Amino acid sequence: MKRILAFIGIVVIVFAAIGLTSPALLKNIKLGLDLKGGFEILYVAQPIEPGGVVTQDTLRETARSLEQRANASGVSEPEVTPEGKDRIRVRIAGVVNETEVRAILQKPAELSFRGPDGTKEMVGSDFVQGGAKVGFDQNNRPEVQIKVKDPEKFRKVTEKLTGQTLAIYLDENMLSAPRVNYPITDGNAVITGNYTYDEAKKLADTINLGALPLKLTEKYTQSVGATLGQLSLHQTVEASIIASIFIVVFMLVLYRLPGLIASISIVTFTWALLGVTYLMNATLTLPGIAAFVLSVGMAVDANIITYERIKDELRSGKSLLSSLKSGSRNSFRTIMDANITTILAAVVLYFLGTGSIQGFALTLIFSIVVSIVTNVFFSRLLLHLLIRSNIATKPGYYGVKESEINAL
Amino acid sequence: MRFSFDIVKQRKKFFALSIAVTVIGIVTMLIFGLNYGVDFKAGTTLDINVGQTIEKAKAEEIISGTGVAPAVVTIGGETNNRVTARFDTVLTQDQVNKVDSSFKSQFGDKVSKEENTVDPELAKELAYKAIYAVLIASVGIIIYVSIRFEWRFAVAGIVALLHDAFIVVSLFSIFRLEVNLPFVAAILTIVGYSINDTIVIFDRIRENLRFAKVKSFDDLADLVNRSIWQVMSRSINTVITVLVAAVCLFIFGSSAIRLFSLAMIFGLVSGAYSSIFIASPLWLIMKSKTIGSSKKKAVA
Repeated sequence: MKRILAFIGIVVIVFAAIGLTSPALLKNIKLGLDLKGGFEILYVAQPIEPGGVVTQDTLRETARSLEQRANASGVSEPEVTPEGKDRIRVRIAGVVNETEVRAILQKPAELSFRGPDGTKEMVGSDFVQGGAKVGFDQNNRPEVQIKVKDPEKFRKVTEKLTGQTLAIYLDENMLSAPRVNYPITDGNAVITGNYTYDEAKKLADTINLGALPLKLTEKYTQSVGATLGQLSLHQTVEASIIASIFIVVFMLVLYRLPGLIASISIVTFTWALLGVTYLMNATLTLPGIAAFVLSVGMAVDANIITYERIKDELRSGKSLLSSLKSGSRNSFRTIMDANITTILAAVVLYFLGTGSIQGFALTLIFSIVVSIVTNVFFSRLLLHLLIRSNIATKPGYYGVKESEINAL
Repeated sequence: MRFSFDIVKQRKKFFALSIAVTVIGIVTMLIFGLNYGVDFKAGTTLDINVGQTIEKAKAEEIISGTGVAPAVVTIGGETNNRVTARFDTVLTQDQVNKVDSSFKSQFGDKVSKEENTVDPELAKELAYKAIYAVLIASVGIIIYVSIRFEWRFAVAGIVALLHDAFIVVSLFSIFRLEVNLPFVAAILTIVGYSINDTIVIFDRIRENLRFAKVKSFDDLADLVNRSIWQVMSRSINTVITVLVAAVCLFIFGSSAIRLFSLAMIFGLVSGAYSSIFIASPLWLIMKSKTIGSSKKKAVA
């Protein structure tokens, strides 16, 4: 009696948790561009100046300035990530004026040094590539050391602006406004201020980026209209629900009581997988949903392997409890071997894939791990409680006919 | 005793069938090649949902009216409201906008588009990555299965797996279906599924081997047959559930994953088939050599 209460208790608690958290989960899961509309561009960066080399630093800086520009143009949560040696991937959701944003992004970042009246006195290409670095003054405070290509030009600018500020701008953002204390003749300047090391490093990186402006070329673009994205989401969720209903009915008809437990486990599995997706802050894409639905199909596999095994044991004449025990034990090894091979394929896919394919691979990996927890351990616990409670003892409840049972 | 049919005895027929399909696949691929989507062949694809039924001629007329390069146009969607235009050249942003706005002027603001452009260089890289992915995954699986089972199981499993991947690729070649990046994801899922399915049978063979005294080829053949039939209901029930999911996605899902679902359906059927009819008999043939050699030694 205690056990059947525990069984009912667990099921009620789990379903209550599912009911209470699902709406919030569904609302908060990050959706991919293919489901909510937006665009993704992969840029390849090349130096504008001949003979220039794209470095990790300039690439990172370019990505940072792209992000600032995207933010400035009013889009929310742009995702800008440097990739590999010379690539930058930009993902922006829900953009109304895509053309405009793309044009803004593609413009090379412009570094300028401006006088108090706003005239551009120096531009990025006036500085030596990679010439800006962080140094320390006598008091060991960080400072930025820069080198210009043409000392004569710099001397004239500094002469004119002695006692005034020479502000540093990236695009239209002022980064710093150091004062010119005296004319600089040798082309080497030092910018001091109350910088932390990180601030000084960032400024030096920005100046280096300005000295080597990168030209961005679109190598891959994917853009999905918002209506189309929502339509895809809607249709695919509908398909998933229909598929799930079919699977549950199939399991109930074929496996009776364990089928019911499988259905409970599968619902729990789906919810747990959504939870993991949310906690990992992973993005749900269209192929991701497909992986999701397939994983429900494959999760059933774990249940089927176990139940078939238990059926076999029952047919051989063992008691219900010992059938459950040996059936669970024997099936576990099979399930693990089978799932680990699938994980191997998914891991390879993750490391070689890009964008939505990675989303797919990640969902597949999560789903297998979650599936082992819910469809092996949780499902086994429920079945165990049910069998131990002695209310469902007939082999018929487990899909085994009396006539099929051999005497031991 | 449940109904059973001697799968192992009929193995030559199944091998012949698989070889025949493979040969047909190689021939069609040599003659026609694959119908690469923009992911693998540079160009632009525009997917335009016009919100109402549209005829192919009308869509073609609108596109050619904007002066861009000619495209292969297909009409899809539940009510034929979706235009997919595939351009062999990479369209500039202006050109895309032109096409978009002329559809908008005809069908109103409900028009929603999806654009995909891939640069030739990047397309090549993606294609190579896809092939590497299948090969690396196969090597990983071989190593794992060799450690957990023995190398013969690994070899038989990989043959079955490559067989499935190849059959899906062949079918896509024969029916001229578009091969894109999600297609590669489908192939890899099939690879994962196929080996999963095969492992379950191998596991049973391994288990039965522990208690069996195998003296002859017939003993071994009998053991393999028995093992296959012991897990048959599991094999069938599992493939049915996963197949149901794939078919639902195909019928009711978004058209963006329709080809993905179709590849999955082909692969699932082939995966179940090869696990039962190809992998285990193949293992049997390799394994039976060891019986023969030990027998000869015993005689000598």
